[in-house]
Amino acid sequence: MRPFRSRLGRFTAAFDPAEATLLADLVDQVRTLLAQRCGGAEDDPLAGLTGMAVGPSTPPDDPAVARLLPAFHRDDEGLAAGLRMLREPEVIAAKDDAAVALLDTLPRGGGTVRLTEQTARSWLVALNDVRLVFGVRLNITEDATPPAAAAADPRGPEYAMYLTYRWLSTIQESLVQAMLGDA
Amino acid sequence: MTLPVSDSEVGSLSDAAEDAPWVVIVWNDPVNLMSYVTYVFQTLLGHPRPVAEKLMLDVHHKGRATVAHGPRDAMESIVTQLHGAGLWATMAQDR
Repeated sequence: MRPFRSRLGRFTAAFDPAEATLLADLVDQVRTLLAQRCGGAEDDPLAGLTGMAVGPSTPPDDPAVARLLPAFHRDDEGLAAGLRMLREPEVIAAKDDAAVALLDTLPRGGGTVRLTEQTARSWLVALNDVRLVFGVRLNITEDATPPAAAAADPRGPEYAMYLTYRWLSTIQESLVQAMLGDA
Repeated sequence: MTLPVSDSEVGSLSDAAEDAPWVVIVWNDPVNLMSYVTYVFQTLLGHPRPVAEKLMLDVHHKGRATVAHGPRDAMESIVTQLHGAGLWATMAQDR
């Protein structure tokens, strides 16, 4: 992987075939998690009549999905439930649009990625969502310290997952730095 | 003859009756990159770079920062966009 840099108004990076496959697979997994959440919404007769998408009122059971879709209010459960029903479909749609934009601009066999400002924003969001899911699964607590389970066995799957998480962080950091004009 | 009433006027009437202004709070998170949080504050909230950086550092060091205040509808919309971008944000009434 060659990290992102800003070049002639575009943001470019290069990925090996295996890296491109891995990234596409991870983004797809987040899409699946969110799609399952959409399918879990209660049947609402009002939604049927008005065509308005309404989400479930309760937080997701899966802590990783719950991190992607936080409560709107910390203390007022009634308000949080109401806002979740109204707004969650919008949040999921924004994340799915970003994921699709990443998949559409990632050459599946690897190679150079060239992004406009708009598609680069989608990449930031989609990369971040994958990292948020990893953060929960790995129980990431400090920015630069490997979690205990990963550190315990450098040959184990948790450590491999941690390395993938760090790799995603490097990609995202290089892109955001390029976009902030610090590259 | 009655003048049309805009949505914002209706909103402000109910706000004036019982509502204090609302705020959006962003909470610290071990995963989100500091640079990304700065970028989101700049692009979604329209803060200039120094303000965005200061708010990001407040989130990082103090655990939270109030990043926006205003009518409830507008704050709802901002929280929706921040959640879309992956930040951990909530809204609250500023009593």
